[in-house]
Amino acid sequence: MPNYTLKINGKSVAVSADADTPLLWVLRDELNMVGTKFGCGIAQCGACTIHLDGIAMRSCQLQISMIDSEEITTIEGLSEEGNHPLQEAWKEVDVPQCGYCQAGQIMTAASFLKENPSPSQDEIRQAMHGNLCRCASYNRIEKAVAIAAKKMS
Amino acid sequence: MSTKENKFTFSRRNFLKTSALASGGIMIGFNLLSACKPNVTPSVDIENLNFNDFNAFIKISNEGYVTIFSPNPEIGQGVKTSMPMLIAEELDVEWNKVHVAQAPLDTKNYQRQLAGGSQSIRFGWEALRQTGATTKQMLVNAAAVKWNVDAATCSASKGIITNAKGETLGYGDVVNEAALLEVPENVTLKKPSEFTIIGTNAINVDLPKIVTGKPLFGLDYVAEGMLYASVLRPPVFGQELVSFDASEAKKVNGVIDVITIGDKVRKFKEAGKSNWTFKMSSTDKVVVIAKNTWSTIKGKKALNAKWKNVAKLESTETHDKELTKILDSKDITVRREDGNVEKAFAQADKIVEKTYHSPFLPHNCLEPMNFYANVTPEKVHLVGPVQTAEFAAIVASEMLGYDLDKVHVEMTRMGGGFGRRLYGDFAYEALEISNAIKKPVKMISTREDDMTTGVYRPAIKYRIAASIKDNKITGYHLKEAAINSNMYGLIPNFFPAGCIPNYKVSTGNYKSDITTGAWRAPYTNFLAFAEQSFFDELAQELNIDAVQLRIDLLQNVKGTKDEKIEYSGQRMEDTIKLAAEKGGWGKAKEGVYQGFSAYYSHNTHVAELAEVVIKDGLPVVTKVVAAVDCGIVVNPTGAKNQVEGGVLDGIGHAMYGDLTFKDGKPSNKNFDTYRLIRMNETPKVEVHFVENELSPTGLGEPGLPPAGGAVANAIHKALGKRMYKQPFIAELKKEENIVG
Repeated sequence: MPNYTLKINGKSVAVSADADTPLLWVLRDELNMVGTKFGCGIAQCGACTIHLDGIAMRSCQLQISMIDSEEITTIEGLSEEGNHPLQEAWKEVDVPQCGYCQAGQIMTAASFLKENPSPSQDEIRQAMHGNLCRCASYNRIEKAVAIAAKKMS
Repeated sequence: MSTKENKFTFSRRNFLKTSALASGGIMIGFNLLSACKPNVTPSVDIENLNFNDFNAFIKISNEGYVTIFSPNPEIGQGVKTSMPMLIAEELDVEWNKVHVAQAPLDTKNYQRQLAGGSQSIRFGWEALRQTGATTKQMLVNAAAVKWNVDAATCSASKGIITNAKGETLGYGDVVNEAALLEVPENVTLKKPSEFTIIGTNAINVDLPKIVTGKPLFGLDYVAEGMLYASVLRPPVFGQELVSFDASEAKKVNGVIDVITIGDKVRKFKEAGKSNWTFKMSSTDKVVVIAKNTWSTIKGKKALNAKWKNVAKLESTETHDKELTKILDSKDITVRREDGNVEKAFAQADKIVEKTYHSPFLPHNCLEPMNFYANVTPEKVHLVGPVQTAEFAAIVASEMLGYDLDKVHVEMTRMGGGFGRRLYGDFAYEALEISNAIKKPVKMISTREDDMTTGVYRPAIKYRIAASIKDNKITGYHLKEAAINSNMYGLIPNFFPAGCIPNYKVSTGNYKSDITTGAWRAPYTNFLAFAEQSFFDELAQELNIDAVQLRIDLLQNVKGTKDEKIEYSGQRMEDTIKLAAEKGGWGKAKEGVYQGFSAYYSHNTHVAELAEVVIKDGLPVVTKVVAAVDCGIVVNPTGAKNQVEGGVLDGIGHAMYGDLTFKDGKPSNKNFDTYRLIRMNETPKVEVHFVENELSPTGLGEPGLPPAGGAVANAIHKALGKRMYKQPFIAELKKEENIVG
């Protein structure tokens, strides 16, 4: 099995995995970083969203061999103390129901707010539409993203 | 899914037993830190402190830290927060200083450790508060003994006991002594006006872990030496395994073995031990065992299996015909009959009759089905997301021949349930795999597995007919034709039972090989849409306001002596009025169209007003105002979340949810073709609660049923078209030939 060195959450991590292994499963099964979730495996639900050099990507579609020196950020590394403005807003609004999709939602939102620090409601709704929430906590996700945007700007 | 018989009660006997156990191993703690002492801020990791068991629900450390165990499984319905709140209220501790933990399955100490039917809070209301109050009284009694005063002169609040002289002791100071005292009888519970925790907002107790990606869910569970497994099941319903070639699969890096399972299931079924959670076919299944999940997925793809038909392969087209036959037949089972419906219909000025059609629906829990099992000669260890943990233990015990007390089940947080996790097939598969390979293993399904080998919401048709005489509704006949099974016994006693003098409900079903089961708000998730659309049509026919018609009808059920009637005419009326008032019924802006719907289910009354606008010829739901009577609202933020989610779930499935069958094969296998509602399609949901001091009822399901009807009635106002079939969008596109 080939060996890879990945940069995850600011740390250099050595891992051996088959070249076609999606980053999702490298994170979950090899590195025991289970915050990144498996939902559909075909980039339709967004539960596995991580950042590659700050850009939101679906880790179920990123084969480990395709990743070079890019910085990978997962929900575990979004903030050191779990206090990113989005994480704080999620608590303020009491967003989750089952909670399974929420790490992916937060990762999508974090990347989006970097690009667009003061989005309109409609821009939030469009930006977040790729992330499914089966419990349909959408009203609160929308509200929490808006609150975080305000705090960050 | 009646849950009336499954009463959750407070048990003094259990209380004594567990406290006696605890007293055998008392540790003398240090009273340096105390959350239950004034002016001390907790600065330790509560999760890793040693605690004294006080009873099965509460642990209090000598430092005064309190852990409350939540007995029931958490599927996103919020009971891991709200059930401990009931205990904390009567125990009189500060909520923000309580640590909540999930209890394991323990049938000796807990009852009804089940998530289903929105019943946890309703059944827990008395028992959990009594548990808290009894513990508090024991702590007070212990303090009184220490002070040598009468316990009646002492009081307790926020974890601190105070005597007449003003001296104080923390709960932690007296917990060892308290655990040895006799359990008091007849403790007094607080009046609602005295509540300090119930009725206040408590955020989801797992929120800090959820937003930081900590392991919580079944899929996150790992154990030393654990292997991974994926299961190849028949690709279509009605087939069985003939043979398979695993040579390519075994070449996949990481694949350890390929085996079959099924023998244990067949023996279990043959022994007649099957129960309602056990919905498994008797076929062999092929299992790929590997070192990691990705290898199991690749290995499964590389399998070459042959299947044979063992039943006629079914299609939606056939189901449609068979269900219609049932609706047309006269000899279907009468479930409730008042007056004389035939006579009322014969004497009517007019009869209105409509038929409503629903597709199958997969549950689509975002966390795919999975379970961990470790079968060793000594015991069975099961960990994972299941709504019916007790059944998992029983099946494990009976299927593999272990004493029940050798089976240990741990419940993880669940990435959605919606009824799918009532059926433990995934746990039973994990069990059989681990038993075969004698190793700890986690069975993981993919999305495709979940969507194509589900336990679906069955396709159902309703035909509703009403007779009108002198501009009044004189008769009502509801017929249900469903795949596999019919509405549970309480439903015929829902609205409009008792409101219309001649009333009948009859049901029939078509037996299918396609596995079906409960799906959030079973039956009512579609029936409410059919019925509430029908009443909207009746209001139009009678030329009366749709809200007024419902209120008028409800007057007839008030004061009914019929004890079978499930709902309250008064509570329903109040709920309807609240929704109409808050939503501005009849006051829509130009270009905005309103629809109304009200439904009682799972002991909760809900009314919803939906607003729709038309964009590119299709309806867009922009706002829903919901009014809810669930009695006392235990946790307002959690309650609001449940209703919001229920409304959007109801709208999403009514608008887009669609699964059909062709020759036994489901039409969809993943989210690229199966449409779930997304954020840019969601309306704003506003939730209002009827204020009263009645015992609380559940909210996991009741918000959903009225949503489809409210939207359908708004669509009718907007487009002049009645919705008779779900999903609406597909129907509207069909009619309009709209592409896209």
